[in-house]
Amino acid sequence: MTVQVNRLADGGLIDRGQPLDFTFDGKAYQGYRGDTLASALIANGVRTVGRSFKYHRRRGIFAAGAEEPNALVQLGEGARSEPNMRATQVELHHGLDARSQNRWPSLDFDVNALGGLIGGFLPSGFYYKTFMWPRSWWPHYERILRSAAGLGKAPAEADPDRYQHRYAHCDVLVAGGGPAGLAAALAAARSGARVIVADESPRLGGNLLAEPMRVIDGVNAGGWVADTLAALEAMEEVQVLPRTTVFGYYDHNLIGLSERLSDHLEDPDPRLPRHRLWKVRAARVVLATGAIERPIVFDDNDLPGIMLASAARTYVNRYGVRPGKRSVVFTNNDSVYGAVIDMAEAGIDVSAVIDVRPEGGGDLAAHTRRLGIPVFDGHAVSAARGGRGLEGVEVVRLDGGGPGRRLPCDLLCVSGGWNPTVHLFSQSRGRLRYDAGIAAFVPDESVQAERSAGAANGAFTLAECLEEGLEAGTEAARAAGFDAPAVAPPRCDNEPQSRPIRAFWESPAGGGRRGKRFVDLQNDVTAGDVELAVREGYRSVEHLKRYTTLGMGTDQGRTANVNGLALLAERLGKDIDKVGTTTFRPPYVAVTLGAVAGHRVGAAYAPVRRSAIQRWHQAHGAVFGPAGAWLRPKAYPRPGEDVEAASLREARQVRTAAGLVDVSTLGKIDIQGRDAAAFLERIYINGFAKLAVGRCRYGVMLREDGLVFDDGVCARIAEDRYLMTTTTVHAAAVLRHLEYYSQVVWPELDLHLVSVTEQWAAMALAGPHSRLVLAGATEADLANRALPYMGYAEAVIAGVPARLFRISFSGELAYEINVPADHGAAVWEALIESGDVFGLAPYGTEAMSILRIEKGHVVGAEINGRASADDLGLGGLLGGDKDFVGKRSLDKPVHHQAGREQLVGLAPADGSRAIPRGARIVEDPERPAPNPILGQVTSSCFSPNLGHPIALALVADGRRRLGQTLWAASPLTGEAVRVTLREPVFIDPHGKRLRG
Amino acid sequence: MLSIPCPWCGPRDETEFTYGGDATATRPDTAAGAVSAKAWHDFLYLRDNPCGHHDEMWHHTSGCRRWFKVRRHTKTQEVAAAVGPHESFPEAGR
Repeated sequence: MTVQVNRLADGGLIDRGQPLDFTFDGKAYQGYRGDTLASALIANGVRTVGRSFKYHRRRGIFAAGAEEPNALVQLGEGARSEPNMRATQVELHHGLDARSQNRWPSLDFDVNALGGLIGGFLPSGFYYKTFMWPRSWWPHYERILRSAAGLGKAPAEADPDRYQHRYAHCDVLVAGGGPAGLAAALAAARSGARVIVADESPRLGGNLLAEPMRVIDGVNAGGWVADTLAALEAMEEVQVLPRTTVFGYYDHNLIGLSERLSDHLEDPDPRLPRHRLWKVRAARVVLATGAIERPIVFDDNDLPGIMLASAARTYVNRYGVRPGKRSVVFTNNDSVYGAVIDMAEAGIDVSAVIDVRPEGGGDLAAHTRRLGIPVFDGHAVSAARGGRGLEGVEVVRLDGGGPGRRLPCDLLCVSGGWNPTVHLFSQSRGRLRYDAGIAAFVPDESVQAERSAGAANGAFTLAECLEEGLEAGTEAARAAGFDAPAVAPPRCDNEPQSRPIRAFWESPAGGGRRGKRFVDLQNDVTAGDVELAVREGYRSVEHLKRYTTLGMGTDQGRTANVNGLALLAERLGKDIDKVGTTTFRPPYVAVTLGAVAGHRVGAAYAPVRRSAIQRWHQAHGAVFGPAGAWLRPKAYPRPGEDVEAASLREARQVRTAAGLVDVSTLGKIDIQGRDAAAFLERIYINGFAKLAVGRCRYGVMLREDGLVFDDGVCARIAEDRYLMTTTTVHAAAVLRHLEYYSQVVWPELDLHLVSVTEQWAAMALAGPHSRLVLAGATEADLANRALPYMGYAEAVIAGVPARLFRISFSGELAYEINVPADHGAAVWEALIESGDVFGLAPYGTEAMSILRIEKGHVVGAEINGRASADDLGLGGLLGGDKDFVGKRSLDKPVHHQAGREQLVGLAPADGSRAIPRGARIVEDPERPAPNPILGQVTSSCFSPNLGHPIALALVADGRRRLGQTLWAASPLTGEAVRVTLREPVFIDPHGKRLRG
Repeated sequence: MLSIPCPWCGPRDETEFTYGGDATATRPDTAAGAVSAKAWHDFLYLRDNPCGHHDEMWHHTSGCRRWFKVRRHTKTQEVAAAVGPHESFPEAGR
């Protein structure tokens, strides 16, 4: 255990009574409750926390928040291990185990750091230019490069934690809990509006946490934050969400929030989800997301010990740690002087302030001088010097006069100005405007119902933040319909007089050894890379980004992008506002995939529909397969059988004895009304108006373009009532289609449509013995004269009132039985029992498919969205003079020209070879490309009843080719089988069996 | 995700709805008499692709199951109005 060498004697929002043990790269350290991993590492004197992405250079902690580019660590072990976590946002807890990334074998000695010695060989576009030859070697190069240039490692195991989704509505959502956000939330909440205020930090207060000496309404900053939070939390309609990042701004004010509930706890309640993803629909949004300080580009500006000035201030004031012993401060604006004074008060030796402005800074600069700290106006830091970390800086006069000087230091605090955090505003599709007064991009006009306030809006003083926040909150509440009275903004202490910022992006070169000038620390993009891109003709900022990878790291260039733009503008000789910005997209920071998935993992991934008879199927060895959202039995293998053997046996059983199949998944639509008959006349291509009550008919419906949409049997169960069945997969689409025509096209028809798929269990009893089986379970008259083929009757089956349809998909004598879903299992079991002596077997979808291929019945494979009724051999159904959906399109020449693919049957010419599914029909499989494709195999099986393979195919002019021998060639398997084209009905073409 | 104001149910998330295409392409009345090949072709295939307000059909699939018309701005996603399938949009919406 090391001592906390850099812990200040007092101060900071940490609990010194709660020391916490943690490890970094296996070494034990101690910090305090309230620390982040970054502040605790600084306290323990750890300077190098990672190696850079490309050059493997030593990197230290650079920032104190979400903008951190360097201090990325891997947390934890095994399934809970998490890569690329910003140490600046990881709350310290007892037992925290963190490791540095992108180094081998250790952080201190990294083999790939040798890459630094050959760094000149790694400019932008280097990979593309160098490793592309010879092309075949690229996979080898790639493997080595990927392991050398990398971030953390994703765990290989499944995520053991739970995640939650939450949906909410509010009147005003406030993103950010700094002074502007708190003022906005309070103003809105006092009007009675439902307010959600979210902040990524565990404590609300924003920058006030780093500036505790400010005074608002007569109390110190900490007191004002506490009072405001207490007032908010006392209001029922207000939700304050700490540790919650507003990560996405979507259409119509849908806001994405990621709340971290247990990452900071050493021993979390296992019932607690780890993260919660919020989807909030907010009437109004206030963006009080603050601003991020930006660095300045100079030689070797990445040495450990160089950090943003605001970060240094945060470490001193919020965490009570000393980021260095002897510091130099480099700035182009007044914001650093507060940090200088605080550091001096904390006992850090500030040797100098280097201010690029010839005119220097305002009140606080004068105060700094009074403290005896030298301030060099009109100077700049041209280079940093050091080996394992910062040892000194080179300072040059910007007017070129006089020699440069070298200042020893172990901490350089940099401020190149502030970029308003406009990410969410940009995501809301708002455009940015360059404000030369603050040398930064600020939100222009709003597109969605939002408003930016405070530093996010380019208003950097505390007084402005409070005022804008209050205004934005009041305005948002009013816009959401609440009566928010005007109140005076909180008064704060006198703002020191300041001088304006001077836009300054990059220092001039000084004398001596040159170094790398980093623009993007995380992705190792240098000023030289930007120059190279410009030299090679890249002009657009989007192209620059993709070529150099500027801003494409996990930090999304939060400290790099604007500097990159400025350097590009400078190299192009353009104004920065003419170059434009890259696009900001959600999420603002990475959201773990577990949170995105929420509860939708494993069995809960998607709902599964199960029939009422499911338990019986399970108990009797069914193997299930998906059919749309349904799970259906594929077959019921007996001991020693696989699914294929079982399905062949089942299909044979149906043709020789009887079988029972669960068809509950078919869509069922109850159609009622005076005009039900007229409606179906217009929906189906064949007639339904003259269908007698108590009769069924097979119907086909088209889309308006004349191609087949769906098919199924429809029964007339009363004068004004029909029961339509649809295919399993199209059930929802067919109902929507019917609703469209009834509501929009023919609203005058008296008609009601309702889906009754879930209300009825359905089973088909098929086979020569099916009448005998059914007779064992009902007293209904099943004779042909009472219930002929295509007849419908109501009957009591196994004591349950049932709908009985004499229809057949298998081609055998068959009945479809519908009973209320609750009775499905009982009726099924009664039929199984009754069928025992007749050799009844349950059959699954595989056998059903064999039976229908044998009969040439079409399903989704043939109704493929390109086939017309005539193509499928259903042209004979087209009903006389009546009008119906799609009829007008049947005139189109395309329906009548030669070469349309028509349904045919196939049998192997040698009588034995299986016909590959999906195979192409060709005249000669050996012919070199382009080999004209005449069609394709749509369905294929072995017919147990014929004793050889059969198939259905759609073949150009297929009906004219009946009797021809062609080839079915599969590009997938390489097989080619000689096939003979024949009528698609293989068994009982005249339908004697089903009428039996 | 859009928030779509169903004329019957009020504003609901887009996930409850099914898009139904261009509402300005009305089906020629095929029952009333001959429809010219051109009129039918236009109805079947020709659609405007405006940058601006667009009238389109939506179906409240996981709600009241009614079809209705929405006037949506294709660039800003602003929804100016939603009305029943045979109602006209208020004039100010365009």
